Formats: sequence, structure tokens, C-alpha cells
Amino acid sequence: MATPVTVVPRKRRGVELVLIIFALVLTLGAYAVVDLNVTGEVSASLPLVGGICTLLALLAHIAVRWRLPYADPVILPCVVLLNGLGLVMIHRIDLINDPPLNGARQQLIWTAIGVILFIVVVVLLNDHRPLQRFTYTIGLAGIVLLLLPLVPGLGTTKFGAQIWIHVGPYSFQPAEAAKILLAIAFASYLVEKRDVLALAGYRILGIDLPRARDLGPILVMWLISLAILVWQRDLGTSLLFFGLFVMMLYVSTERAGWAVLGTLLFAAGAYFGYLNFGHVRARVGAWLDPFSDFDAYFQVINAQFGMAWGGLLGTGLGLGRPGLTPLARSDFIAAAIGEELGMTGLMAVIVIYGLIVARGLRIALQCREPFGKLLATGLSFAFALQVFTIIGGVTRLLPLTGLTTPFMSQGGSSLVCNWIVAGLLLVISHQVRKPAATVAPTNPDVEQTQLVKASA
Amino acid sequence: MNKPIRRVAFVAMLMFALLLANGTYMMIFRQDSLAAQPQNRRVRDAEFAQNRGAILASGKAEMAKTVPSKDRFKYQRVYPDGELYAAITGFYSYDRASSALESTYNAQLAGTDDALFVRRLIDMATNKTPKGATVQTTIVPKIQKAAADALGNQKGAVVALDPKTGAVLAMVTSPTYDPNDIASHDIEAAGKAYDRLASDPQRPLTNRAAREIYPPGSTFKLVTAAAALADGKSPDSMVESPDRLKLPGTRVYLSNSTNCGGTKITMTQALRVSCNTAFANLGMDVGATKLREQAQLFGFDQRHLSDLNGVASQFPDKLNDAQLALSSIGQYDVAASPLQMAMVSAAIGNDGVLMDPYVVSSVRSADLKPIETHKPQQLSTAMTAEHAAELQQMMAEVVSNGTGHNAQIPGVEVAGKTGTAQSDPKRKPFAWFTSFAPVDDPAVAVAVIIEDANIPRSDIAGGRLAAPIAKAVMQAAL
Repeated sequence: MATPVTVVPRKRRGVELVLIIFALVLTLGAYAVVDLNVTGEVSASLPLVGGICTLLALLAHIAVRWRLPYADPVILPCVVLLNGLGLVMIHRIDLINDPPLNGARQQLIWTAIGVILFIVVVVLLNDHRPLQRFTYTIGLAGIVLLLLPLVPGLGTTKFGAQIWIHVGPYSFQPAEAAKILLAIAFASYLVEKRDVLALAGYRILGIDLPRARDLGPILVMWLISLAILVWQRDLGTSLLFFGLFVMMLYVSTERAGWAVLGTLLFAAGAYFGYLNFGHVRARVGAWLDPFSDFDAYFQVINAQFGMAWGGLLGTGLGLGRPGLTPLARSDFIAAAIGEELGMTGLMAVIVIYGLIVARGLRIALQCREPFGKLLATGLSFAFALQVFTIIGGVTRLLPLTGLTTPFMSQGGSSLVCNWIVAGLLLVISHQVRKPAATVAPTNPDVEQTQLVKASA
Repeated sequence: MNKPIRRVAFVAMLMFALLLANGTYMMIFRQDSLAAQPQNRRVRDAEFAQNRGAILASGKAEMAKTVPSKDRFKYQRVYPDGELYAAITGFYSYDRASSALESTYNAQLAGTDDALFVRRLIDMATNKTPKGATVQTTIVPKIQKAAADALGNQKGAVVALDPKTGAVLAMVTSPTYDPNDIASHDIEAAGKAYDRLASDPQRPLTNRAAREIYPPGSTFKLVTAAAALADGKSPDSMVESPDRLKLPGTRVYLSNSTNCGGTKITMTQALRVSCNTAFANLGMDVGATKLREQAQLFGFDQRHLSDLNGVASQFPDKLNDAQLALSSIGQYDVAASPLQMAMVSAAIGNDGVLMDPYVVSSVRSADLKPIETHKPQQLSTAMTAEHAAELQQMMAEVVSNGTGHNAQIPGVEVAGKTGTAQSDPKRKPFAWFTSFAPVDDPAVAVAVIIEDANIPRSDIAGGRLAAPIAKAVMQAAL
């Protein structure tokens, strides 16, 4: 009989620190290059901005080192780099205006809030499993948040989509927070119900189809997604939530029928949207043939112009003209990156996103309990879907949807929520990788050579 | 749950792979067409702010040049004698595109042409502002000025060619415009100037010399004569020249506008007095096919001078006898550009060899290295040397002793042909003259057209109005 082998993973906090320093050097170097290329001198704010960035990154690192010593070492540096590059790009676009805008300062404040919430997740939550206890509370909160912009007097329409709420002087995009809450709620709900959903059903053409009475949840999610599409006019958010739900349903039940059914329902919904809503048709039109109407598709066309102008290597930071593309600092920040850092730079950014997703899915694979597995898969996949949809939209791979570019777009709600996602992934990875608290009985006679000393 | 998670991971990987592949696709297949879009402000601004190369007339006279300016574009395009050369240089504007050589040689002038790639790299490495290539044209300022002065403010066009090479020595179109107005950095004023010119009923932006076709009238009799010579006739062959000729299959009579000097005259005599009925008969004798072939040998039905987007002159596809008779004297659906009629004279003068007309002789990079050089090219042998010599003498007779006497130059033998054409009975006629000189060793071939000739309808319009202009141009060239 094989003796249980306890492999104690290395903590790798030193690697994380080195990578974070690398990310900070890149960020601050880029910030200085922007200043030099646009104004000819390094701005006086650089030491302050650099100091705050370094402080925030180090605080995040220390929190992880203290409370999650076994957490994944790659995710945090990737996040720091993306956040930093976004900040640099927003600063660069600030400088187009005379006098410069202070979008970068706001973004820095939001970054600080994001890091604080990240630390709160890391330090106070520390373990994701207790979240399972509040399945319905969290789910309800998520759905309420999602539908909040539809409340008259609270929601406001910006750029054709009603996805914002206004309270006093503050505006907020609740879908971002809803994304996290619903991922948690789906995960714990599905872990509870997955046997029922998986085992009962029919088999048609080799595909297992669920029972009609089990269709409830997926239909509810479908209707909510359609409601978002119809009333909030936001194709991206609608796709994101439905995609997230269907994927988690598939993973929890291991039944391909759910994925097929979900894809068909999504196709039906998208086609319905195409037939009935001008804004969906306009997006598809801009995707298929943007030059058919230069004025209407001005934004998509200009993003293309920018990336073509940047070419493979880019014009150089501060030397392109990202200001010609409307919303370059938010929805179209990927186009601004493509213009000034070139397609090479944009691809590097895409690969960094890919790294985060890969690490997240790796955590899911390693995780030994279903809730953590499902949650890590859900968060990672939603992240991947969001990156795919927005960058695919900007580069004309897909019709454009109004999602944010995680960690880079200007905007508080998205930035803060994505920091929380990063925190949750680290929490799960720590729980996955940390050695079991109880020491297994060992028998020195049959001990394997690779047994590594246990540490707390 | 690991199996579905692996599948989800595969889907995620696929999504990222698609993003990267799409980026690659965009760089390889979309970048150039995006950069070439006229609405692309990035490219337009960068190009507009470039040290654009000059367009030169022969003798290094600058038709278009670039001078430094202190605004956001750094360089200003200047046309020192804008109105005179507008038909050749065209204009270069911020948001109203460009025309003529400014358009066709844009890549070279801007320095973005592939041939200038190495130059660009060196400039980039040495941190110098890249300078565009210089376009050298064949335009001779003296001839160009003489043509413009002689044409004055009459609506029309003048083309002068070197018969031996096909080089365009002068190309004037009237009314003209000042490209400086459209090139202004005051974008709004430039746009207004363009819109005003574009909507002007006199159409000053149109190059009447190469981009408009008109019924060539009696000048087309040269083509008919060439076809008749090729068909076995000689200058002394007798042709029926009744006072009026019933057009076959109709009840319409074709009459002469001049006294042909008898009802049976020689071909030389017929050309000298521009006898309509004689040439209608000649055309019908030769037949539609041969006449069309002869016209095509002179360059009809083809586009010429693509640098200036020249249009093709037309000889109709299908003709009955009546239409053939009318076509033989340059009426019905025959239409020719002034450039085409200059080519006819040039080919006759050049012993039957038609040279391909061109206006750009060379393109040189900023360090004076030639990038492109034009070598004169033969387009066709329109006539045998023998027939060409006969037709030269017939044309010389027209000037020395016939309708074209206004083109006589003391001490130089000139060959020419007048024409007056009617496209619409309500319109005033077009006055034509096409010629070359000297007859024995031609140095210049000219075509002149005046639209709306303010003169009673008669064959003499070409001789009276157009011939003196051709004479002035030829004098300047000799």
C-alpha cells in the first residue's frame, strides 16, 4: 500500500516580489517616457505617482506574504503591470488636452481603493469556503445590483447603454460587482444542485439533455440576460453573465448538453436582439463593414486607423495620436496601446491577460473541493470572456460591446472589482496549495525521497 | 470536474489565440488599406506636414514646391505660378484630396514610395526630416506661357507635344484656378475655395486638354485621309464632291460649308478647303472597319497620359452608312480630346510613328538620385512613312494655301488642319486647330480647342480663332 505523500509547495514570495519590482520599473519607465515624448521633460508629479504606485504594490505584496504565503506568485505582478500600464496610458491621454486632464490622478485614487479592498479580501476573508453559506443572499444581491440601473431615477444612460447608477455625485457600474457576487452564488448553488442537474435527463443524439423541470435556473438566467440586453441595451454584459452561468453549469454537471443548450439559447437571444434592436444592428454593421458609414462607425474606424498607424512596433509612447479615437481612455484603451506600443505591445498585454487566466484555471484544476474549483473556473473564465469580448471588439474580431478592459480602462467600479477578483483567486490558490494543517502519520521506513519538510 | 475545466481552459486558450491571430491578420492584411483610407486623419496630417518634393518644369522652374511654415503642419505647399500650371500640378489639399500629378505621384512626392524605403531608413537613423522626391516634368515654361497668353480667357484648351518623343511641352486649360487657395493651411478657407471651384458652372477644375472629349469636326478628316491613303488612294486621287450629299438610307442631305471648287476634286484639294461631301465619300469608300482601325492606330479608344488621368477618345462601335459618312467628317458619335488630336498631328509629322505621350520625365529622390526615368515609347505605327509624307504635304497645303492660313509662320513651313464642330444645334460650335511644324523635321505638334466659339457657324471658325493660338505656341517652341 502506497503511503500518502505530502508535497509541500514552495511559497515563492520572493519570485513574486521580483516580478512586482519588474512591473513597477516598466510602469514608471513608461510614465517617464510619456512625459519626455509629450512635454520634453519629466513631470514634477512622477516621484509622487511613483511613490504611491510602489507603496500600493508593496502593501499588496506584504498582505499576501503575511496572510496567503502559498498563493500563486504570478497573478499579483501581472495585475500590477496591467494597472500600471493603464495608468500610464490614461496619463498620456490626459496630456493631449491643454491644460492636461487629471484622469490619471482619479485612476490612481481608484487603484488605491482597489488595493485596499484586495487587502481586505486577503486579510479578512482569507478563506473562500465560508462564502458558501450565503448562496441565496449573495445571489439575490448580485441580481439586484445587475438590474439596479433599470430603477427610474437611479440609472443613467451613457453612450447608449443604461448600465450606470448615479447616487449624488458618484456614478457606478454595478454589473462589475454583480459579476463577482453571481460567480460566487452560481458556484455554491451549482455545487449543491449538481447531482440533480447531472443525473436526471434524456439522451438525444448522444447528447444528454436535462429534464424540463431542471431547466428553471438556466431559463431564469437567460431571461435576466435578455432583460439586460433589452432594457440596458448592453450586449457585452448580457453575454458575459449568460456565458459565465452556462459555463459553470457545464463544469459542475460535466454534461455537454448544458453547454449546447446554453449556446443555442444565446444564439437565439443574440439573433432576437439583432432583429429587434437598432443598437445591436449598428454594432454588427460596424463590425462587418465599418466603412459603409464613416460618421456612424467613426469610433471603430478610428481605433483601426490608430492601430494601423502604430503598426507592428508602435509610434512610441506619447508620439501617436490616440486622442483622435473617442473614449480612448476607457473602452478603447486597447486601441491606444496598439497605436503607441504597436501590435507587439498589444499582444504582450493580451498575453499578460492570458497568464492571469491560465493561472486562475490552474488553481481550479489543483483545487480539491468543488466550490473552490467552480469559483476559480468561473472567475477566470469570466475574466477571459471579458478580455476576449472587449479587445476582440476593438480589433474588429467581434462586434464591439461596451465592456471594460480589466485593470486598464479608466473607471473605478471595474478597477476595484477586478482587484477583488484577483484577491479571491489568490485566496483560493493559497487554500489549495497550503499544506494540510494536520500532519499525516508518517512511517520513516517507507518515506519517499521527495518528501519535503512541512512548514506552517 | 477536471475534464470540463480542461475543456473550458481549451476554450479560453482558443479565445486568446484568436485575439493574437486577429492582431497578426490586421497587421498583414488590413494595415495598408487602413492607411490608404482618405478619412485617415493620422496619415493625412502626417503627410500634410511633410517636406513634400517639388514638381519642376523643364529648366528647373518650380511649378510646385514646399516652404517651411510656422503652424502645426510645419510645411506649406506653394504653387509659384499656380494658375498657369494647375492642369499639370493639380492641387494638394488637407481634406479635399488632391488631383493631377499631386495625386498620381503622391507616394513619391511624400517620400512614402517603396523605392524611397532605404532613404527613409537613413533619414530615420540620422534623425533628419525625410524629404519627398522631386518630379521632373516635360513642360516648357516658355511654350506654356505662350499658350496661356494666346488662349487668354476663352474657354478651351491647348496641348503641345514633341512629335518625336511624345513629351507634353505645354498643356493649358481655361478657365483655370489657383491651387494655392486649396492648399491653404486655413482648412476652412481652403475647403470653401474648393467647394466654390467644384460648383462653378465653368468647371475650372476640369482638365479640358486630357480629360474632356469633344466632337473633333473637320480635324478628324486627317484620320479619314490617312485611312484613304492606306486604302490605296493618293493625294491626287479624284473624289466626288457634290454640293450636297444625300446620306444613304435617310432623307437628310449633308452640305458643304465651303466652296469645294468643283464636283470632283483631288484629295489634297478636299483637305485644303475642308470639303465635307468629299470626305464623307472617302469614308464610305474606305468602310467603317478600316476607318475605325485607322482611328485606333492614332490612339482612339485607349486612355493616354495616365499620370493626368487622361480619358479615351471614342470612335463609335457600330455604324450604318449615314453614320459612317458623318463620322468621316468628325461628327456623329466621334469624340476626341485635344490631346488626342495633337497626337494625330504628331504621328503624321513623325513619319507615321505615334509616340506615347508623357508628362513626367523623371523622379529623383531628395539626394538627386533618379528613381524613375521615362524613356520615350512608341505606341504604334499609324501610317507608313510614305503615306505620312504625302499627308504632311496635304496638311502643309492647308496652311500655306487653305483654311489654316492664319497659322502661317514666316520662314517656317507649317502643316495643319482646321475644324469646327457642332455637338448640339443650340450650342455654339467648337473651334479646332491641330498642326505641327516645321514640316520637314517637326519639333512641335499642337492642338487647340475653343469651346463656345463666338462666331457664326462656319468651317472657318477653327481657322480664325484656333489657328492663331496654335501659331503662337509653335513660334514659342521653335
